[in-house]
Amino acid sequence: MAKMHRPPMPPKKGTFGRVLKMLFGYYPVLVPLAAFCVLFAAVVAAAPDVFIQKVIALIEKWYITRDWNGAAAELIPMISILVVLYIVAMLAVALHTQLMAYITQGFLSKLRCTMFDKMQNFPVRYFDTHRHGDIMSHYTNDIDTLRQLVSQSLPMLLRAGVTILSVLCIMLYYSAWMTLVILTGAIAILVITKKVGGGSAKYFIRQQKSLGRTEGFVQEMMNGQKVVKVFSHEDKSQKEFDEINMALYEDSRRAHAYANMMGPINQNIGNILYVLVAMAGGLFLVTGVKNVSFSGLAFSISIIVPFLNMTKQFTGNVNQMSQQINSIVMGLAGAARLFGMMDEAAEADDGYVTLVNAKFAPDGSVTESGVRTGQWAWRHPHSDGTLTYTPLMGDVCLEKVDFGYVEEKKVLEDVSVYAKPGQKVAFVGATGAGKTTITNLLNRFYDIADGKIRYDGININKIKKSDLRRSLGIVLQDTNLFTGTVMDNIRYGRLEATDEECREAARLAGADDFITRLPDGYDTELSNNGANLSQGQRQLIAIARAAVADPPVMILDEATSSIDTRTEAIVQRGMDKLMEGRTVFVIAHRLSTIMNSDVIMVLDHGRIIERGSHAELLEQKGTYYRLYTGAFELE
Amino acid sequence: MLKRLAKCIREFKLPTILTLIFIVGEAIIETSIPFITANLVNQIKAGAGMDEIIKNGIILAVMACVSLACGGIAGLTCAKASAGFAKNLRHDIFARIQTYSFENIDKFSSASLVTRLTTDVTNVQMSFMMLIRTAIRSPLMLLFSVIMAYIMGGALSTAFVVVIPVLGFGLYMVGRKAMPAFRRVFKKYDQLNESIEENVRGIRVVKGFSREEYEKDKFGSAAENIRKDFTRAERIVALNTPLMNLCMYFNTVFVLFIGAKLVIQNGGTTIDIGQISAMLTYGMQILMSLMMLSMIYVMLTMSTESAKRICEVLEEAPALQNPENPVMTVADGSIDFENVSFKYSSKAKKFALADINLHIRSGQTVGIIGGTGSSKSSLVQLIPRLYDVTKGAVRVGGKDVREYDLDILRGAVAMVLQKNLLFSGTINENLRWGNADATDEEIRHACRLAQADEFINSFPDGYETKIEQGGTNVSGGQKQRLCIVRALLKKPKILILDDSTSAVDTKTDALIRRGLKTYIPETTKIIIAQRVASVEDADLIIVMDNGRIADAGTHAELLEKSEIYKEVFTQQTKGGENDGENA
Repeated sequence: MAKMHRPPMPPKKGTFGRVLKMLFGYYPVLVPLAAFCVLFAAVVAAAPDVFIQKVIALIEKWYITRDWNGAAAELIPMISILVVLYIVAMLAVALHTQLMAYITQGFLSKLRCTMFDKMQNFPVRYFDTHRHGDIMSHYTNDIDTLRQLVSQSLPMLLRAGVTILSVLCIMLYYSAWMTLVILTGAIAILVITKKVGGGSAKYFIRQQKSLGRTEGFVQEMMNGQKVVKVFSHEDKSQKEFDEINMALYEDSRRAHAYANMMGPINQNIGNILYVLVAMAGGLFLVTGVKNVSFSGLAFSISIIVPFLNMTKQFTGNVNQMSQQINSIVMGLAGAARLFGMMDEAAEADDGYVTLVNAKFAPDGSVTESGVRTGQWAWRHPHSDGTLTYTPLMGDVCLEKVDFGYVEEKKVLEDVSVYAKPGQKVAFVGATGAGKTTITNLLNRFYDIADGKIRYDGININKIKKSDLRRSLGIVLQDTNLFTGTVMDNIRYGRLEATDEECREAARLAGADDFITRLPDGYDTELSNNGANLSQGQRQLIAIARAAVADPPVMILDEATSSIDTRTEAIVQRGMDKLMEGRTVFVIAHRLSTIMNSDVIMVLDHGRIIERGSHAELLEQKGTYYRLYTGAFELE
Repeated sequence: MLKRLAKCIREFKLPTILTLIFIVGEAIIETSIPFITANLVNQIKAGAGMDEIIKNGIILAVMACVSLACGGIAGLTCAKASAGFAKNLRHDIFARIQTYSFENIDKFSSASLVTRLTTDVTNVQMSFMMLIRTAIRSPLMLLFSVIMAYIMGGALSTAFVVVIPVLGFGLYMVGRKAMPAFRRVFKKYDQLNESIEENVRGIRVVKGFSREEYEKDKFGSAAENIRKDFTRAERIVALNTPLMNLCMYFNTVFVLFIGAKLVIQNGGTTIDIGQISAMLTYGMQILMSLMMLSMIYVMLTMSTESAKRICEVLEEAPALQNPENPVMTVADGSIDFENVSFKYSSKAKKFALADINLHIRSGQTVGIIGGTGSSKSSLVQLIPRLYDVTKGAVRVGGKDVREYDLDILRGAVAMVLQKNLLFSGTINENLRWGNADATDEEIRHACRLAQADEFINSFPDGYETKIEQGGTNVSGGQKQRLCIVRALLKKPKILILDDSTSAVDTKTDALIRRGLKTYIPETTKIIIAQRVASVEDADLIIVMDNGRIADAGTHAELLEKSEIYKEVFTQQTKGGENDGENA
């Protein structure tokens, strides 16, 4: 059953490493280059402090004499170096920001494609057990959190980290005592960040949870809005919504309150630190404490002034790092969810029997052909190295098949069905009797628990899944059409089909008539699962789609349930022609749809309780008879 | 648009205004701090005594504390204001949707309404927060910094005369270029996500036709397409940083060089070292606030789309409104259609219903039959005024439906929709939608009537069985019967069943009809069905064809005169022989 909207999980250990690994894997040259540019720019960004110190020392030296020419001789080379450094730094910044824009979008695009590619290979079970909104949120919300992480947080962390380190080095170069003062302040900032930031991360995760709950409720209500109207239930659903909305408000308010406070707190710790540094500097200067430093410089105004600047820079960067906490927590939570999805096991396919174009010689021998011949054969390699070819006929048999979607509960038990090529086999039974399940097993959307299914005498487990499915045309209960023209949708059945072939298929399905009456005929654009068509019209297109594939076996699962009986009778002739020469499995609620089948199976709680033709079953006067005469309840 | 959104601030006006005030306080202090520090630096330089330094230090520390208090309070009020604003927005959107008529609902897909209520509101919330925190603060900081720089820096502040216009213009250009690029990208991005949803929904079709590789290629090229556009847009915005750096570097070099020159030439009389340091700080502040302004600009443009989508919902006028002096009682269950024509939108070329004249007496059972798209549902949806007629009039209990209070009318007309839905909650809760005050006995009675009692009791939890979202854990036929019970509990004067027993077998269907006839004889019953058997014993059967009443009469009469009815009847009763002929 569908799971509830999953809350963002707290990130697992190793998630961060995996994000980095993927990033480097996708761009093994560009990512290090960008990182290098970030580092370079960060180091250069710290350089001015050295220069400011030198310039101020210079001013101190020359301002008494007011000898500008003398000063200029020393000043100009110094400034020139600074200008050159700045130009290089700016180029580095320009390069890495452009690179990051390129890398981030490339990374997200590749990630999206990887997810999508993997998802295509997930078993149907995955889609049946996960709520579609939840799968979608991997592609929207989760990827969005990663965008923030990669494009902003990572470079920011790197830059701030390096700047802090280089500023620290420069500080130590000047004075260890002063550095100690600053470090104390930095630790205070970190402690507070951990406290406040932890609170905000906690509430941000809660906010996401509440958002999910709101989304779930709204989704349900929006879908059922018409029912709400009919029952004048507006006030009540508004009241329920307001409760959920209130909870979301509380979480959101708390999360943002913590996040908003962090800036001013850290910033002002920075300010106070500035004062402390100034006072300490003054104290050191006045008391004449001996300086400890790599440079061996004594305390002087030319040390204290740049130190004050460095204090700003240092705390500013620590501040910036701490501001990233939220987006990092969110990004990693998103990444953990993404990886969770990407690590789902793909649909196993160890089939080795493939479907090939074939030529049948008059003596009965079969040869493989590279071009489309209109005839198909199973290419069956054997363990002794020989190859055999079996013509594709559409002979399907199920032998003593057991199956359950979950282990504890069997949906099918001891089901045997034999369908000869060209036969029409029908299934009737109550909802949940296992009709659709049989078709799920035939095309291996699910694998049987016990028994055997043979296709032209070959165990279907040996057949490559894509080839097996290619040979089975299915029309499902829920019609799904894709965005594109009507023609595109029909061609989905066989991509190389010509326009004329598609039209022919539509004529067979009885869809040609209404399609030509659409504003743009076959070129009419469908959107939103064909929202502009009626359910019955959608079903007709789906039948045409299966018809153009020209498969030897067709499965029609309630394929005409939404077509009224009168229209059904009109399309019946085409349908009959479509079924001619094919093995057809029909599932229908309406008995008129299945009465002319060769064999009708009556299913009850996963067992076949009656089988035979319409006439035979009526004679048996069993369940089918009672169904037909309306004396028995199907549900 | 802004006006419409601003209305939703309501009770959070106070925190919003407080935020603005405290932010101004914070900005003032923040800009004056470098002024004090410049003093401090000069005192240290001049070798002032510790008392002087400590005095200035204390002033600074106090200022930092005040700034912290201001900033902290602003942070709290801002979080409250923005979260509250978002709450009100969601409330208003949801409330607005509750007033929608079917016509309005048809306009928006439910997925798009959900996005508007969640993602779009979150976007606007973030922008609002950014707006009240920084949109005031940044220009203020800019202004204060420029003034302070001018006061303190004198000649040095000329640097800003160059830098500010250059940066301002540069950022403006970036924003202007980025805006349309982002707008384009977001549209495409939505389409990409829609295509993923389509794929997930149709995965059985994809796999059934072995189209995995085809889908991957299709998605890959769409994603690549978006990557290109997105990269282009992001690269424009990425120009902000180097541009900003350029200005900052220019400022530093200018201040250092000219500053040094001025100090040395004048022997520190017009300008001193402390001022140089302060000028560097102000330069930084000025540039930062410009940068923030440009970020706000980009972010606002990005959220404009969201704001627009929200306003679309808020400004969508409900197509149906209560009349001024509504009629509060429905006399009986009689229904009259007088020359009714109807189309779903004024733009539609074709009328869904044309020239309908129909008179149903209170208590009658009426069957409606007709092909796919013959407007059976459209006809009955006019009765509880789910849509308004385009021409003519529909009367219930002798009065035009447009004269009734909507709740009263819909309370008297119960309708079981074709596209039926149960909501998550227990069976009991779902049934009580019909009548919240129904007694257990009433519910059981209605269930027996609709042949639902038996299967409900067969569930382990009986009436307390939880219905999962969308009602996936009951079968189609069970769901339909529960929906009928839900409608019955309203004790309506008119009951409309729109193809509501299609998944129920003929026997049960007959039992339900018999139940309705016996227990609620005075209620007018309208039954739309595919099966002739479901309507054949009705007092009046209407055959719909292409938006018109093709024929009307009793079963026997219609078998005489109606070609369509005859055809459907033979088809359904002698299906076997018919199929034989066709084959």
